[in-house]
Amino acid sequence: MILAMVPNSTWYLLLAAVLFGIGAVGLLVRRNPLVMFMCIELMLNAVNLSFVAFAVRFGDIAGQTAVFFVMVVAAAEVVVGLGIIVSIMRRRPGATADDLAELKG
Amino acid sequence: MIAAIVAQLGEWTAPVIDWHALAPELILVVGINLVLFIDLNIGEARKWAMATLTGFVLLAAFVPVVTLAVIGDASREMFDGRYVVDHYALILKAIFLLVAYVVVLMSQNELEEGGYYQGEFYVLMLCSVLGMVMMASSRDLVSIFVALELLSIPAYMMAAWRKRDVRSNEAGVKYYLLGVFASAVLLYGMSFLYGTTGSTKLVEIGEVLASGDLIAMQVVAIAFVIAGLAFKVSAVPFHSWAPDTYEGAPTPVTAFFSVASKAAGFVALMSLIFLAFPTATGVYQPLIWVLAVLTMTVGNVMALRQTNIVRMLAYSSVSQGGFILMPLAVAGTGDASQSAVRAVIVYLLIYAFMNLGAFAVVIAVSRKTRSGEITSFGGLFGYAPGMAAVMTIFMASLAGIPPLGGWIAKFNVFKTVIDAGSGAAYALAVIAAVNTVIAAAYYMRVLRQVWMMPAPDGDITPLATPAPVTAALGITAIGTLVLGVLPGLVLRFGDLQDLTGALGR
Repeated sequence: MILAMVPNSTWYLLLAAVLFGIGAVGLLVRRNPLVMFMCIELMLNAVNLSFVAFAVRFGDIAGQTAVFFVMVVAAAEVVVGLGIIVSIMRRRPGATADDLAELKG
Repeated sequence: MIAAIVAQLGEWTAPVIDWHALAPELILVVGINLVLFIDLNIGEARKWAMATLTGFVLLAAFVPVVTLAVIGDASREMFDGRYVVDHYALILKAIFLLVAYVVVLMSQNELEEGGYYQGEFYVLMLCSVLGMVMMASSRDLVSIFVALELLSIPAYMMAAWRKRDVRSNEAGVKYYLLGVFASAVLLYGMSFLYGTTGSTKLVEIGEVLASGDLIAMQVVAIAFVIAGLAFKVSAVPFHSWAPDTYEGAPTPVTAFFSVASKAAGFVALMSLIFLAFPTATGVYQPLIWVLAVLTMTVGNVMALRQTNIVRMLAYSSVSQGGFILMPLAVAGTGDASQSAVRAVIVYLLIYAFMNLGAFAVVIAVSRKTRSGEITSFGGLFGYAPGMAAVMTIFMASLAGIPPLGGWIAKFNVFKTVIDAGSGAAYALAVIAAVNTVIAAAYYMRVLRQVWMMPAPDGDITPLATPAPVTAALGITAIGTLVLGVLPGLVLRFGDLQDLTGALGR
């Protein structure tokens, strides 16, 4: 029965919402900077899926164009983020987000 | 779908480009490449020239901003009205370029003596400024997002600039993780806005939202977009990164973040509220009201218990952000919509002068004391009366004491809120008034150290303030004083007509 149904854009929007939720929860729960970073990537890709689903619903190109911008920006963010995380891991191997507590108050 | 795309491709014609209107951005792009290229081919001993070159690039970009303002023929639209250069955009571009110039003056000696990567620093700073200048003109969800990332990504690197310092690394990683998370939330909101209105252009979104009652997804979209930008302007409860990042980053970078990045966040918030959500007052006004109240109160209460001057200024800048949010919380009520834009722009300009000035004093004094504690300012009046005088100007202005600039800024904000005339607006005004008094307490505590306390360890050798820092102090002190005495200079900037002029046509 379910197999016979044709997926429409609403299915993809629900999937995007679930992926975004997994990413957001993961960011709050996990303590490894790299895993937190992957969760953010998951959120950005959920946004992409959401944009594409809406673009297909409207038959409009603007949403798909937005995805290209998000992808390029996400790539730039990965480079910078990995750079910062590598430099902190060199100074303090195995550091978790909870260990980063030099600055507080 | 493919056929539709091909059909759209067939109709494509090159957009008309107004080179004069784009000149500030183009000069910055050329300047970025120039600084990068010269930095590659110059000896280590002559790297100091990069700061001078960066200063000239910023001044060169300032020239077309002035000529555009002088010609003054209302707004120039490009790319189907998605990129607009009007008076509102020009005054903001001028603020960003001026702030960047003062930050270059402040960072010059710090970078030179610390042996940090000077050329790369200025390249990244110019990239960030380019993003801010673009933000002022962006009238489309995609260009707002690109401008926001262009200004944030270099900022993540600048926060972690002292690579071998664990605290600077920590500042960078905290700023990065929360900043990118905020971008993702903002983008998800934007995708909903696009999905429920069928357009990414702010004015068109505004028209669709105005045409009927809001549906649930649109409410969620507005809430997500405001929450995403609340991170950028470090509004409570999204402020947790700000004090840590401000303390860990090099001090000139902190000054840059607390003024320029924050202003850019407010610009995005203003464009969205006035162009895309002007009719959704029932959604954004209560949200921003709560944000404003929390931001100014929590920022102030936390600032009271700080002993580190940079951290205190960080919380003070959080609480100042609450005051800047105030006019936006009543932007759709009564007469307030006319004066809200002006109140925010005037506050951003005056705040830029006084906050940069306070950081310049901190840089100048900590060159001697090598300490970030508020007590290290003890006896400043005894050995550096000039520095004590300018610090008094900045602290009193931040506290909002007439006749300094900060007073005019606060006056405008209160006037807008009173104009709104609703119960919520009056409540907001009362809370803000109480907060102004609390804020005075911690600014005065610094002044007490400066004027009354003895120097720590009896060390009264005079300060050796380098010329660029002195210049930065001069610019910011004069700005703070002049705008306080002659507020008419800026009060005509940023009428709502400038921003929403595109709506009328």
